[in-house]
Amino acid sequence: MTIEIDGLTKQYKEHVVVDQLSLNIKMGEFFALLGQNAAGKTTTIKMLCGLLSPTAGDALLDGESIVHHQVAAKKKLNISPQETAVAPNLTVFENLLLMGRIYGCSKTEAKKRASAQMNLFGLTPRQSNKAKTLSGGYKRRLSVAMAMMSNPKILFLDEPTLGMDVRARRDLWKILNQLKGQVTIVLTTHYLEEVEMLADRVGIMHRGRLRTLGTVQQLKHETKKNSLEDVFLELTEEGAL
Amino acid sequence: MKASVFATRNHKEIVRDPLTLLFGMGLPMLLMWLFSVMQKNMPFALYEISNLTPGVIVFSFSFLTLLSGMLLGKDKSSSFLMRIFASPLSASDYILGYVLPLLPIALLQIIFCILAAVFLGLSLNISVLLMVGVLIVISLLYIGFGLLLGTIFTDKQVGGIFAIFVNLSTWFSGTWFEPDMIGGTFQSITQFLPFVHAVNAARAVLSGAYSDVFVPLSIVLGYTVFIFMIAILLFQRKIRGQS
Repeated sequence: MTIEIDGLTKQYKEHVVVDQLSLNIKMGEFFALLGQNAAGKTTTIKMLCGLLSPTAGDALLDGESIVHHQVAAKKKLNISPQETAVAPNLTVFENLLLMGRIYGCSKTEAKKRASAQMNLFGLTPRQSNKAKTLSGGYKRRLSVAMAMMSNPKILFLDEPTLGMDVRARRDLWKILNQLKGQVTIVLTTHYLEEVEMLADRVGIMHRGRLRTLGTVQQLKHETKKNSLEDVFLELTEEGAL
Repeated sequence: MKASVFATRNHKEIVRDPLTLLFGMGLPMLLMWLFSVMQKNMPFALYEISNLTPGVIVFSFSFLTLLSGMLLGKDKSSSFLMRIFASPLSASDYILGYVLPLLPIALLQIIFCILAAVFLGLSLNISVLLMVGVLIVISLLYIGFGLLLGTIFTDKQVGGIFAIFVNLSTWFSGTWFEPDMIGGTFQSITQFLPFVHAVNAARAVLSGAYSDVFVPLSIVLGYTVFIFMIAILLFQRKIRGQS
């Protein structure tokens, strides 16, 4: 397993945001974490990335505890946050180089990786453009490419296609499809067609708890619903817990 | 090493968006010229160039507060900081990364203002050189204020708060008038805050009264350490996701 989550909990005073979350994600798996707003998805991702301390529980990322060996765990992962999170006055190439160097690559190695990522993400023609001049779609591509610069074993994508037009979203799906199997990907999104297109397995969270886990087909079969949207609506209905 | 990589990025972000930078260098020189012209028509010595130069340079440092606060605030609101927090960089790497690129900018502000002052009649001597060293130390106070503001507030809020900060730091600095001209509570507040001590330290070194530098500079250093400690503590809390 690349990710082993055991009883992960986040609580602010009386308010439990993530409640005893336990699940395993296999190496190379494309895993989608779904839920309504405030279901606890982003909090879960932030805990796994070391951006939030869990109140209880732990998770092992490629064998490294996020509680006890946070620095080692951070070397295994990277994240493309909900916002584009690029350095606006740096060029595409400089943004990629920066990430490589921050993760300890030599200049030569970082340049090599940056060229490879620009090819994969179709950014080569834009390599000299400042990030702030890119369209929303290209900024998102750059954001994911920056996350890939550290050659992570685990990649967290927090709503990577938010606000993108249909074509730009489809283009990014094609690229993400190419990453399948090479890196373990945890995706959060509100676009269910994205999940059907990309995810090997799905977990649905509701009010901080994991309501269900399985492939899209398994979930449809278990709930006797024809679409993932119907499955989602049933499992996240108020009073469903 | 990683801090220098991050500092290089921050340096590029600042110099490639040069409007604030140009304003932070141009406005102090313009003010120095205006007040020098005023001095020529005044019956008493209030804005003599040797008195005016240290105050105006310290005033120009308030733009370092704006630059560092805005950069940190922007990185926070664009989630760029989240990406960086998820990396194995340490808290000291972040802080150095934000401080280092501002020091050459402080040096440039000092050099431009001194050149303008020389043009307006300031004589170059060893005290001017020593003042550069004292001013670099003082610049850290203003960078620290920026880091504190950027850690607490968003870039948009920092812009608004800067307007208040620049007024407070100027009125209570004794650059444009001596605080004892007003006296009372105003003077007490002035003595309590670090700004007047920063100006006094720079004025003392420029006038060659080196023994008078120690006390005001110590107060400025104390404030700088205090402001940095709060900024670093709040920053570490953010890294750990406790706020």
